[in-house]
Amino acid sequence: MGLDIRIPIGFMFTIFGVIITIYGIFTNSNTEMYAKSLSININLWMGLLMLVFGGLMLYFAKRKKTK
Amino acid sequence: MDLKFELGWVDYAIMLVYFVFVLGIGWALKKYMKDASAFLEAGRSLPAWVAGLAFISTNLGALEVMGMTASGLKYGMLTTHFYWIGAIPAMIFLALFMMPFYYGSKARSVPEYLKLRFDEKTRGLNAILFAVMTILASGISMYALAILMEKVLGWDFHMCLWASAIIVLAYTYLGGLSSAIYNEVLQFFIIVIGLLPIVFLALKDVGGWMGLKAQLATITTEKGFAADTWTTTWQHTGQATSNPMGVEWFGILMGLGLVLSFGYWCTNFLIVQRAMAAESKAAAVKVPLIGALPKMFIPFLIIVPGIIALVLLNNPAKGFVLPVDANGSPVYDYTIIMLLKQYLPTGVLGLGITALLASFMSGMAGNVSAFNTVWTYDIYQSYIRPVTGNKEKDDKHYLTVGKIATVFGVLVSIGAAYIASKFGNIMDFLQTIFSTINAPLFAVIFLGMFWKRTTGHAAFIGLLVGFAVAMLHHGLTIPHGSMTYFKGGWLGVVHEYPVEMAQNFWTAIFAFTTSTTLTVVLSLVTKKVKSDEELIGLVYSLTPRDKVFVKEWYNRPVVLASIVGVVCVILSIIFW
Repeated sequence: MGLDIRIPIGFMFTIFGVIITIYGIFTNSNTEMYAKSLSININLWMGLLMLVFGGLMLYFAKRKKTK
Repeated sequence: MDLKFELGWVDYAIMLVYFVFVLGIGWALKKYMKDASAFLEAGRSLPAWVAGLAFISTNLGALEVMGMTASGLKYGMLTTHFYWIGAIPAMIFLALFMMPFYYGSKARSVPEYLKLRFDEKTRGLNAILFAVMTILASGISMYALAILMEKVLGWDFHMCLWASAIIVLAYTYLGGLSSAIYNEVLQFFIIVIGLLPIVFLALKDVGGWMGLKAQLATITTEKGFAADTWTTTWQHTGQATSNPMGVEWFGILMGLGLVLSFGYWCTNFLIVQRAMAAESKAAAVKVPLIGALPKMFIPFLIIVPGIIALVLLNNPAKGFVLPVDANGSPVYDYTIIMLLKQYLPTGVLGLGITALLASFMSGMAGNVSAFNTVWTYDIYQSYIRPVTGNKEKDDKHYLTVGKIATVFGVLVSIGAAYIASKFGNIMDFLQTIFSTINAPLFAVIFLGMFWKRTTGHAAFIGLLVGFAVAMLHHGLTIPHGSMTYFKGGWLGVVHEYPVEMAQNFWTAIFAFTTSTTLTVVLSLVTKKVKSDEELIGLVYSLTPRDKVFVKEWYNRPVVLASIVGVVCVILSIIFW
């Protein structure tokens, strides 16, 4: 099948990453909200993690294509 | 108590993006669906890593995620037996010894392998049982999803049921098995990433692994077990009474490690189908091994949070509670949900809920895509309309049948979901019974693959009687404290097991032993119908070994299998 699944995975996690990172930045001062997550801005961290993961997936997909 | 989550727009946005991608993948694959083989077998064209991740993702359905977290709470690290001893050896065996025959025989399904190796009746029996079983399993899983969404999101039960069914139907109808598999890969990553913050935060909350151990010590001693019972795997299995699972090492090794595990991983078409969709025999062999690597670490994602939940439950300061049922006993299956609620703020919460939705869908789509293949090839093509010889016409016809079967499968699943909502006990009962039919199936396929003398008549009788013995054992025994016939004893009680799990293990052991013995004896007294030439590619001793030299060490099956085996042993020793 001519679909490289890394491309949709990469895009989806990049979108997730963008949404959650931005949300994390905007809610950074909301201590009440992050009391649940032990005062860690878990949105920011998970958002960045997903950006990296999404980016890696897209990078691998692109590398294979240009090969 | 109110289970409802306070969701923000970000959470809904995440869910929406996920649904768009799931359907988009189906849409993108639509143009490749030109014949039945593309639709039902993914054209045998997938890379090993894709099939490998799908291989474990199918098994990582939401009932598994919720159930394993609940078991983590109830039994601790003992639950990892379902992964390390109860999956890895069987996956290695499937890869090295069975995949070459499943894939190499050109069979399109496990029932079809039975037809090629034995005869039509053995295939028919297996195909019909499998079709019924997968549809029921899919219905139960849909029911559970709808109930969960009703409670957690406050959406209407009927709407949840139909909406989830329609989404799964849409992407499996559009892109067939490839769509199901590609989505399983996507779902695998969401499940891992979505549950990751729970593991991290919960572990941090209790002071890491060492803190967890220290706090568990007092809790487990109060329950009458040794201090480290919840954080060890084999140490307290000397006697059934010294661990909360109520099973001793022999039962775990034989019942779970040998019979149930090999029965499930090596013969369940739902699983094997993923490996059969690989692009080559070499890739098919690698599929279970690639799947085994992440599989070994899934306990840390879903079992460890369950163990932490036990500590939280015993510390009132944490404010962690489980919902209770009508009888006032806690609903352990909701552990993972309550952990999501405990730790995740809006944002990652949407991700966690999406992970749960993803796991439901991967389980459901897996069932549907296995059902439509068995229905089309093993029931419709063999009993209703055989191939005519006009390849072009046939291809088109069976593609249509496969698509109709997909719709039909989803509709019957919805029906089964409604039955489950009315008579949950009957569905549980059927599921218990069906979970044991893989044991005789493994006996028969194993003998067929490795002993050329095994005959079709023997296999058929072995399968049938093995199944009957499983029923009989279930009917004659009960788990301790059982009040209903659905848990056993409907024929009178001959033996009482301390826990239900022990009963299940022994049901499978009895069925397997009977099936093996009977098949061997009957094979020796019945005439061998198939000649040695006909069995080439189907039986181990008659098939010439592939003499392909693989240059890269990491592509050699034996090397991969050794790595998997060594890592599994190391994990078992660390958590001994």
